[in-house]
Amino acid sequence: MKSDVDFSKLANTPGEWLRGTGPESDIVISSRIRLARNLADFPFIRRCSDEDRLSIERTVRSRMEQIDQWDDINYVDIDSLSEIDRQFLVERQLISREIADADGSRGVAIDPHEQYSIMVNEEDHLRIQVMHSGLDLISAWKQINRLDDQLESAVLYAYNPQYGYLTACPTNVGTGLRVSVMLHLPALVITQQIEKVFRSMQRINVTVRGLYGEGSQYTGDFYQVSNQVTLGHSEEDLVSLVGEKVVPDIIQYERKARDFLMGKGEKDLHDDVSRALGILSTAKKISSEETMHYLSKVRMGVNLGLISDVEVATINKLFIHTQPAHLQKLHGGLLGTSDRNVKRAGYLQRHLHGQPGQSELN
Amino acid sequence: MKCQYCEKPATFHITELTEPGGPSVMHLCEEHARSFLHKDQGSPAASIAGALAKQLNLGQTKAELAELDQKECPVCGISFFEFRSTGRLGCPYDYKHFEADLTPLLTNIHDSLQHVGKQPRRAAASADNQAQMIQLRREMEEAIESENYERASEIRDELKRMEEEAAGKADAAENQDSAQNDLSENDSDSGASSS
Repeated sequence: MKSDVDFSKLANTPGEWLRGTGPESDIVISSRIRLARNLADFPFIRRCSDEDRLSIERTVRSRMEQIDQWDDINYVDIDSLSEIDRQFLVERQLISREIADADGSRGVAIDPHEQYSIMVNEEDHLRIQVMHSGLDLISAWKQINRLDDQLESAVLYAYNPQYGYLTACPTNVGTGLRVSVMLHLPALVITQQIEKVFRSMQRINVTVRGLYGEGSQYTGDFYQVSNQVTLGHSEEDLVSLVGEKVVPDIIQYERKARDFLMGKGEKDLHDDVSRALGILSTAKKISSEETMHYLSKVRMGVNLGLISDVEVATINKLFIHTQPAHLQKLHGGLLGTSDRNVKRAGYLQRHLHGQPGQSELN
Repeated sequence: MKCQYCEKPATFHITELTEPGGPSVMHLCEEHARSFLHKDQGSPAASIAGALAKQLNLGQTKAELAELDQKECPVCGISFFEFRSTGRLGCPYDYKHFEADLTPLLTNIHDSLQHVGKQPRRAAASADNQAQMIQLRREMEEAIESENYERASEIRDELKRMEEEAAGKADAAENQDSAQNDLSENDSDSGASSS
């Protein structure tokens, strides 16, 4: 195991889950699975003393070092990071907002391809997560199951035959498994069918959440579908519930809505996505919410063939590189909100005109 | 519009579409929106509060609840009240100590009380065993604090022994498995030689 991550180098890549490849990647952004695990011989985080946390981090870290297959993994001591580096890892979805904002001994092990990470001392002692681009839950499950086996051979988990893996929050007990699929559903939003679709999902143990920015003015059109229960169903069943039952239906609805829009209102849609591209490539200052809103439209335009000179990979890269911490990493220094808005506009302009500057942000 | 949790302007408007009572809209500032959205599902504390409210409707009186709130885990010291307000338990033993009180809650959340799925090969033998390990570790920390290093090292050995015992059981089971596999391989492949 190593401990020398070069964040500036990382900042130039989009990260695995934004590769924009994999099954159904025009609609499914990423497939994520996480497992919550705790060590048997410590209290849960809430009741841990500072010494306990330190001891957990040391124990886990030294045990991870003994796992042969994990030689390439980087361990990052989160407590010693600057706020911007912590934010950077949050934007890349390698760590949670909670662990970034917490205090005391805590860390994360990250694989070089950024497909998986293991948070130490989050809400549970261990949070293992695997993230793949597109709809790819079965291989994500196989990968995380293997990682869990390897970890389990090195530490002693808190487990009970009746309640399964014991977790700090009873909503995670049992399998400790959360399957989350991030979907891009702009056509269901435009055709105002999104609520109807999700309301029909209520009865089947999945949680759906939408994110809207800045009132009705900006909408990102991104939704996350996750399993609600963790106890009483096997891991395979939970993976199949989300990946084979729920998500394919939503994908089908979104495709139908896109077909409808392309048939009846192609001119309007073409106009809408072209204006979005126009704003992104000519604005002189732009917030991250507004960027997200227009990138979402452009992404749909590219996927529907209405915009031809921009690649999906570019859009995906822009989604992450225009986030505040990434922007500052690429710039190589701290920036206030209004300076960021100017830098962001410049960055978008260069990349959407197909001429990324030699030095990313100067 | 102000954020629901602080004085900052609400710039994120999040709609939970799967709430039982229909869609519910939340108005949050960027900071609270981020912390809300980075939780895996809703807010665990909120969903526990919801489930507990249902449980209360099912017949628990105020007096009974007040009594329950006082109940403390002998291993980690968390009270039921603290769990109820934060949505987080204090240690693995809580699942045993508060078992009767957690049962309606778990049923409400998961509609099940029995784990189905993966089982670890190595695991502490029992809830009592796990509790003992946590208590021993506490004692060890206290011994170090009071500079009683001899006692601390005894406890360290004891903890190590307990962990090895759990690992040993798993390894023994694994050896048995692989021995059986060897046997069956030999059955099917008469050419293989094995001692």
